[in-house]
Amino acid sequence: MNVSAPMGPAVLGDAHIGSHAKRAALRRDLVGYAFLAPWLVGFFVFSLGPVLASLYLSFTKFDLLTPPQWIGLDNYARMFGSDARFWQALKVTFVYMILEVPLKLCFALLVALALDKGIRGGSLYRALFYVPSLLGGSVAIAVLWRQLFEGNGLVNQVLLWAFGIRGPAWISNPDTSLYTLVLLAIWQFGSPMIIFLAGLRQVPQDLYEAASMDGAGAWRRFRKITLPMLAPVVFFNLVLQVIEGFKAFTPAFVVSGGTGGPVDSTLFYTLYLYQEAFAYFRMGYASALAWVLLIVIGIFTAISFLTSKYWVYYEDDPR
Amino acid sequence: MIRAKTLLTHAALIGATFVMLYPLLWMAASSFKPESIIFTDLSIWPKRFDLSNYLSGWHALQESFTVFFLNSTLIAVLVVIGNCLACSITAFAFARLQFRGRRVWFIVMLGTLMLPYHVTLIPQYVLFQQLGWIDTFLPLVVPKFLAADAFFIFLMVQFFRAIPRELDEAAVLDGCNPWRIYWKIMLPLSLPVLATTAIFSFLWTWNDFLGPLVYLNDASLYTVPLALRAFVDAAGQSAWGQLFAMSTLAVLPIFLFFLFFQRLIIEGVAFSGMKR
Repeated sequence: MNVSAPMGPAVLGDAHIGSHAKRAALRRDLVGYAFLAPWLVGFFVFSLGPVLASLYLSFTKFDLLTPPQWIGLDNYARMFGSDARFWQALKVTFVYMILEVPLKLCFALLVALALDKGIRGGSLYRALFYVPSLLGGSVAIAVLWRQLFEGNGLVNQVLLWAFGIRGPAWISNPDTSLYTLVLLAIWQFGSPMIIFLAGLRQVPQDLYEAASMDGAGAWRRFRKITLPMLAPVVFFNLVLQVIEGFKAFTPAFVVSGGTGGPVDSTLFYTLYLYQEAFAYFRMGYASALAWVLLIVIGIFTAISFLTSKYWVYYEDDPR
Repeated sequence: MIRAKTLLTHAALIGATFVMLYPLLWMAASSFKPESIIFTDLSIWPKRFDLSNYLSGWHALQESFTVFFLNSTLIAVLVVIGNCLACSITAFAFARLQFRGRRVWFIVMLGTLMLPYHVTLIPQYVLFQQLGWIDTFLPLVVPKFLAADAFFIFLMVQFFRAIPRELDEAAVLDGCNPWRIYWKIMLPLSLPVLATTAIFSFLWTWNDFLGPLVYLNDASLYTVPLALRAFVDAAGQSAWGQLFAMSTLAVLPIFLFFLFFQRLIIEGVAFSGMKR
């Protein structure tokens, strides 16, 4: 072996390999970005661009006909300072979610627990309970809901037939209209139920056997084993339902005929945003509404990320 | 004792199922009943199957429901094709190709999952208006061909990663280029995830209300949900029988999808609780 080889050729060789490797890397980049191109275009045109544009528009007055006119923080000042409908929309959305999310999750968990014990016909029950989730977001169901809770709708007919009670006109009464939509949301407990069932399968059965041998009753087993083991799934469902709750639009729109009425009692935040943008063409103000919502949802998402080590299972490592 | 408990559970479950499904069954039954008895007849089985609500409801609006069903079907089919193609190409890049910046873009892609549609709605509307795309199906379809539904990309990346790498390494040795690996190896192996994507794309598009509401004003372009909404606002309280007939038809495709693809749908929901 020639130990004292001159340095020259070796360096030259390295450089040669280097440029070869560089060219291969460039080729890989080109191929990679060629495949990524559709998504990249979509991302800039339909996500990033619009997000920045709506931030800009939120500082303007814009009616689509004349160019946007910079008005600084006026939109935000008006929103927090003098817009009663903004606060009403926030209130409606929060009342809706505070009732709907926990009740829906409790019901979903209760049914999931009943189905988890290997009951006969379990998969049939599961499928039937899921049907409302499948159809619930559609206009057809909102139309049905509008009839169910009318003064002479099905609910009152059943109340009359079964108990002889004359019920109120639930939908046209501002004190009860929101609760009919809460009920519509709870009715769709099927998806969280399926996620709970998937979570319950992950709980090791020998834990229950050991606990039973130690004489733990059903309630203790639920409190000490099921609930802690299921905590990540509960949390996941909670975050998912909160985000879904913010987005709710179709039922309120159809049931109230697009107004959010009676007396703004079903004025969901998204419905208000839609009205400002597409009924009054106050695009700047609606953009400001959208950004406030983005920040509120962002806070919830941040909480979920900060606590994610307790509940996220998927391995997000593309290597 | 245990038997009694099981019986009690069954009784509770059957009761709950009935209460939940009763409004749906009643709606379907009412669509066959004459208008005059709908409000007093609580039964879920009509005495006779009278199709007159269907016939008159079908033509109740200016355009017939033939038009609305064709519009809805066309949009849904295009969205299915767009999502299956664009999301799988993107997912292939993330799951299998090596290039600089991949991790960053992957995280950005996951970030768009969290983005609520409200913030993009208005600028997108302005953009499509400038392009002259209002009152066309393009705003509802074109974004899907540019992989705008990040959820399906994520779903497919997870699926692709589970396919053994030896397969594409062998193909590279045989001289296959990445495009052929994607088209000839990955796609044929990905039929389950493509089916899930297709099913959920169809269901979500079929039910979508806000998108068509914003972009379609011309009644001849209405989708089924828009038509139902126009129907309820126009006929309102006077034509519940016809409304129920059309509502029943509107949810029928979804229901049939569920009957045929129940396992895929339930697995899809269990995968990460997707729902709109």
